[in-house]
Amino acid sequence: MVRMSKIGVLAIQGAFREHRKMLEKLGADVIEVRSAKELTDIEGLIIPGGESTAIGKQLAENGFGKKIINMARQGLPIFGTCAGMILLSKNIDQSNQYSLGLMDTLVRRNAFGRQIASFEADLNVKGLKGEKVRAVFIRAPFVVKSAPQVEILAEYKGKIVFVRLDNLLASAFHPELTDDPRIHEYFLKMIP
Amino acid sequence: MAEVASWKVKTGLAEMLKGGVIMDVTTPEQAKIAEEAGACAVMALERVPADIRAAGGVARMADPTVIKKIMDAVTIPVMAKARIGHFVEAQILEALGVDFIDESEVLTPADDLYHINKHDFKVPFVCGARNLGEALRRIGEGAAMIRTKGEPGTGNVVEAVRHMRNVMADIRRLTTMPKEELMTAAKEMAAPYDLVLYVAEHGKLPVVNFAAGGIATPADAALMMQLGCDGIFVGSGIFKSSDPVKRARAIVLATTHYKDAEMLAKLSEDLGEPMPGIEISTIAPAERMQERGW
Repeated sequence: MVRMSKIGVLAIQGAFREHRKMLEKLGADVIEVRSAKELTDIEGLIIPGGESTAIGKQLAENGFGKKIINMARQGLPIFGTCAGMILLSKNIDQSNQYSLGLMDTLVRRNAFGRQIASFEADLNVKGLKGEKVRAVFIRAPFVVKSAPQVEILAEYKGKIVFVRLDNLLASAFHPELTDDPRIHEYFLKMIP
Repeated sequence: MAEVASWKVKTGLAEMLKGGVIMDVTTPEQAKIAEEAGACAVMALERVPADIRAAGGVARMADPTVIKKIMDAVTIPVMAKARIGHFVEAQILEALGVDFIDESEVLTPADDLYHINKHDFKVPFVCGARNLGEALRRIGEGAAMIRTKGEPGTGNVVEAVRHMRNVMADIRRLTTMPKEELMTAAKEMAAPYDLVLYVAEHGKLPVVNFAAGGIATPADAALMMQLGCDGIFVGSGIFKSSDPVKRARAIVLATTHYKDAEMLAKLSEDLGEPMPGIEISTIAPAERMQERGW
C-alpha cells in the first residue's frame, strides 16, 4: 500500500473529480486547488484534463502558475493528463497560449483530430507489470518532440503519449476515466 | 484494439467540460471572444435564443458555413444544434465534424413523438431535461450529457433552477427507496429501469449534468453550481449584454469559484447592463420552449 500523501488536484475546470476519486481509492488525502493560496502543504499536484486554454487563462493570473513553477523547480511531483500535458510542456505547436513550460517537450493539441476521432486503445507502459493499460484519448495531444532527458513511457502507433522528466509526469490519455489505478500508483510512488 | 465512439469516449468529452462555461456564438469573432474569456466550448448558432424567440417562425439547424467558420476560428470544442427528432440535421452536423450535437428545444421540433436515436452516431449528444424521467429517457436514447432546459432566451434563471431542483430531488428520492419500489418509480417517471437502478445506487446521473436556459449573471452561474450542476451553458446572456468580454470572463470565473462569495462580489461589479429579461408568466405556455420534447 502507498502511504497517505496529501495531493492537490487543480480544480479550475475539467475532470478533477475523477482524479480525486482515484487518489482517494488509493488512500491519498486530496484537496481541490482553485487558487495559489490553496497550494500550501501538498506533496504532489495533478493537472487534470479539460480545456488547456480555459485552465491556462486562470493560471496566468495572480501568480498562480508562477507558484506552481517554483514548487516544481523545488521538486514537487506533478502529473498532467491531456490538458495537463499541454500545460506542462515548454512548447505548444501552432499556439501561443499560456503554459507552465516545465517539460522539454513540443506538444501538439488535438493531435489525433476532433471528437469523432477520439478513441480508446491498449498501451504497453514501460515499467508497469501485468496487463496493458486501457487508455482513453479524448481530443488528445501527443508529444511531437522531446529532449533526450525526457523518458518516454508509452507510445501509440509511433506517437509519444506518456512521458516523465524527473518529478514531472504527463499523459495524453485519461487514466482517471478507467478503474485501473496503476498509473496513479506510479505517480504516488514519485512522491519522496 | 482501438475503439472510436465508445460510450467512454463520448461521455469522457462531457467529463472534460465540467466546471466550465459553454457559450452561444454566432460569428467567428464572438467565438474568439468566448475562447479568450476561457470558455471550455462554444455552441455555433445562426441566432442566439433571444433572437430566435423574437423572430418566431421555424428555427432550424444553422447554415454549415457559419458552423465551419466558427470551427476554423477556435481550438476549443464546437457544438451545434439539431432540431428534436431531426436525425438528418444530426447526420449533417456529424459530417461537418462538430464535437457535440445539442438536440435542442431552442429549435422548432421536427418530430412530435420521437427524439433522435443518438446511439447511431459517433459524435456525442447533449439533451435538455426538466426532471429525472426526461433526463433518463434521453440517456436511454444515447445522450452522453444532460442539461436543464430552463427557459432559453429569457435571461431569467427561475426555470433552470426549477429543473435542476426537480432532477436533484428525484435523484434523492430514488436513493432512499427499497428496491421493490424502483420498478414502479421507473413506470411513474417513464424512465428505463436499468438507469433508475443506476441512479438509486450511485445517487447521481450516469452522465454529466449542466445548467442551461436563462443564465445571465456570474451570480446565476454560481447559483446553478451550488445547486449541484457540473457546468454552465450561457446562451443569449453574454452577447446580448452591454459588455460581452467582461461578462463572459466574469461568468467563467464565477463557475470555477462558485463557493467563494467575496470573489463573486468582485466578479459581479461593474459589468454593465445584463441582457433584458423576460418574466416567464408573460410567455404564453404554447410559446415556452421547455415544453418541447417528449
